Amino acid sequence: MGEMEQMKKEAEALKTQIEAARKAVHDTDMASAASGVAPAPRVQLKTRRNLKGHLAKIYAMHWSTDNRLMVSASQDGKLLIWDSHSGNKVNAVPLKSSWVMTCAYAPSGNLVASGGLDNMCTVYNLKTPVIKTVKELDAHTGYLSCARFLSDTEVLTASGDTTCALWDLETGKQKTVFLNHVGDCMCLSLSPDMNSFVSGACDSLAKLWDIRDGQCKQTFLGHTSDINAISFYPGGNAIITGSDDCTCKMYDLRADQELITYQDAALNSGVTSLALSMSGRLIFAGYDDFNCNIWDSLKGEKVGVLSGHDNRVSCTGVPPDGMCVCTGSWDSFLKIWN
Amino acid sequence: MPVINVEDLTDLDKAKMEVTQLKIEVKLERAKVSKCCEEISEYIQSGADEDPLVKGIPEDKNPFKEKGGCVIC
Repeated sequence: MGEMEQMKKEAEALKTQIEAARKAVHDTDMASAASGVAPAPRVQLKTRRNLKGHLAKIYAMHWSTDNRLMVSASQDGKLLIWDSHSGNKVNAVPLKSSWVMTCAYAPSGNLVASGGLDNMCTVYNLKTPVIKTVKELDAHTGYLSCARFLSDTEVLTASGDTTCALWDLETGKQKTVFLNHVGDCMCLSLSPDMNSFVSGACDSLAKLWDIRDGQCKQTFLGHTSDINAISFYPGGNAIITGSDDCTCKMYDLRADQELITYQDAALNSGVTSLALSMSGRLIFAGYDDFNCNIWDSLKGEKVGVLSGHDNRVSCTGVPPDGMCVCTGSWDSFLKIWN
Repeated sequence: MPVINVEDLTDLDKAKMEVTQLKIEVKLERAKVSKCCEEISEYIQSGADEDPLVKGIPEDKNPFKEKGGCVIC
């Protein structure tokens, strides 16, 4: 038997074992377990702010930890920093490459980052008298789909080259490369304790990684298409994913499997983005059909919808204090709802 | 850390990588789903009272309430 044949056989055997181990602990599912829980109240949120300023599709947004400022990225070639309370633009950062796919705000509020089809993650200092490019993180061989700051000195990136990477901002070099996906990495989410992160990819898998040793610890199956959005649960023991297969799923890290799928027969648009309310009870999921649907994460039921965008909802975000949800769209607007 | 050139990986490399990873994952200790569901449920419900988007936000405490009324120039 050739080596390839042998590897395939071994892989199949191991997958069967893992499948059996997962089944052995599958003594219920979330919908049944939460049957006694009172349903979440019907959620009706109003648009409180309509942020106009971008001239083309918005691809990403990210809240600052101060619960007030946020950064958005558009293929008009700009990052805009907004004061969400006043609705005013605080800064505009012109991008070298307009093909931006992600943006991020550092926890300190000092830095923002962007990246996209230029395969690079560019980091900017907002606190210098004139906004300066601090570093260009250049080593990925595919597009940059997502970036997140761990601190002012470390950034995590996800790329279309199928890898994620941890970068040292002082040297501008990759400290660790996370390689295991076999499809473009589309999204990542840091664990609350910052020791691990999860990634979602076009191989329809979500993977849990140890940031320090670079190892993939767990793989989550179930989706049947690209995973475009992923988020850790506030408690750190579960994750939510959103996919082109039109569903969202909750996976538990300790059970190593899916607990619940959020889907509706009437929904046949892919999920582009997602954000959790502060307690995790509500999931705000943006779809290709221009809406953002609100799911009760325990009951698996749709409890509301945010309609108002005239094109695909490409990004959603809830600030750390949970006071609102922001949606960004290909219609070039950002809306703030509560 | 050595630079990994993803484009240089052969199908065999990828197959070996998959098997190595599966050998790690097969050893995982998995907790019962019922226990996990219970803990998540409790965690979420305990936080729901403080969750502004679940409970609602009183108009006077809402930093995003609609601007309007008089403007003092």
